[in-house]
Amino acid sequence: MKLLMPSLKAVWRVFARLFKRPVTIQYPDQPIPVSSRWRGRIILSRDPDGEERCVACYLCSVACPVDCIALQATEDTQGRRYPEWFRINFSRCIFCGYCEEACPTYAIQLIQDFEMSEYRRTSLVYEKDDLLISGTGKYPEYNFYRVAGVAISGKDKGGAQRESPPVDVRSLLP
Amino acid sequence: MKALPFIVLLLGSLLTISALLIWVERRLLGQWQERYGPNRVGPGGILQTAADVIKLLTKEDWIPPFADKTVFILAPAVVVSAVLLSFAVVPFGPSLVVADLNIGILFLLAVSSLSAYSIVLAGWASNSKYALIGGLRGAAQMFSYEVYMGLSLMGVVMLAGSFRLRDIVEAQQNLWFCIPQLLGVGIFFIAALAETHRLPFDIPEAEAELVAGYHTEYSGMKFGLFFLGEYLGIVLMSSLIVILFFGGWQGPWLPPLVWFGTKTVVVMMLFLLMRATFPRPRFDQLIAFGWTIMLPATLINLLVTAAVILMNRHDVS
Repeated sequence: MKLLMPSLKAVWRVFARLFKRPVTIQYPDQPIPVSSRWRGRIILSRDPDGEERCVACYLCSVACPVDCIALQATEDTQGRRYPEWFRINFSRCIFCGYCEEACPTYAIQLIQDFEMSEYRRTSLVYEKDDLLISGTGKYPEYNFYRVAGVAISGKDKGGAQRESPPVDVRSLLP
Repeated sequence: MKALPFIVLLLGSLLTISALLIWVERRLLGQWQERYGPNRVGPGGILQTAADVIKLLTKEDWIPPFADKTVFILAPAVVVSAVLLSFAVVPFGPSLVVADLNIGILFLLAVSSLSAYSIVLAGWASNSKYALIGGLRGAAQMFSYEVYMGLSLMGVVMLAGSFRLRDIVEAQQNLWFCIPQLLGVGIFFIAALAETHRLPFDIPEAEAELVAGYHTEYSGMKFGLFFLGEYLGIVLMSSLIVILFFGGWQGPWLPPLVWFGTKTVVVMMLFLLMRATFPRPRFDQLIAFGWTIMLPATLINLLVTAAVILMNRHDVS
């Protein structure tokens, strides 16, 4: 008897749920809002001039805890370093974002896309063609060679932004 | 009405209804738990059960090598045939009944109780510990609810003065028996939950403790038959409750079959609501509940009903 009234109340409360909307998000039909800092698929971005940002410093590859990034550095005629090939094995990637943190040139970035299911494991190995995008990603203004001291053809030492030409130390001699 | 076409029609519609009931249950349970339930196959997911049946039929029909083969195969057939056989005496309308037995209620109680055999046999033949525990629980549960289930109906029988289901419906012309037999409805409803092994009384199945209880070892359509038997049982018990306590096909304006269907659907929803609300009691709690609360309550109900009937009779005094 002690249980009867609470039980009936419970039945009523469950029944009343019939008129509430489900909390389910119908995912494939209804997009899920992800945060702007979401760590999803990895891309390689370009600087505002359309050149590759990646300088093939291997820092991402070193930072990667699961060793899923592999690349080979090379240099072009202008003296810019770039990766000859760049490979990310997404079947290993844990989307920790360490590569993005390690990158000195904002080249490697994690974007909000996470829908990358495949039927074959090998399809998850992304080559440079798959990784490199034509845009600048999260940092539209940033251009590594414009702010860095390194010399390439067309920009000598001291030619970067907020940088003055190198001082000739010998001229200061008495 | 011609017997054979009616029987075929009845069987066909019963199977369809129980298939639909599975879908309705899953959608309603979803709604009651603030989610959607199956809504992908067909409009609103209505073909979900059809997809499930196709899956079950095309699955490997596996019999465990340690099982008792004959009994293992027969057990699921028992539950479906027992429940379908019980429908023979159920009057869906004034003339819509296969066999108008004068001991309809007794036949129904007897045959529908046979489905407990199916659980015990399945548990035994599976030769596995979970199945056996499930089967044993099924048997013990049957002993505890079957007594008050039968007795709770006797009040209705006394009021109607007949065991024939059609007479019982016709005796409710002026007053549905749910009013004088309020306690009886409650008791019979709880007993019906136990009879169909529905939550909260799905103790032989108890997936939280016993994997799947008596049908742990079953796969494919043999499992499907247990499933079907359970849902046919809900349809049977709901229509029985409607016939015994809610005036069967009787009601104003609408044709009898529509009234019967509407009432049955409402009672079926109540079955599903019970599932959505209550947690499963422990095994000993169910038995204690049956013997110490339900049985005395049933007997009191019976005595009071009998006394009231005697008081209102003019030929004795």
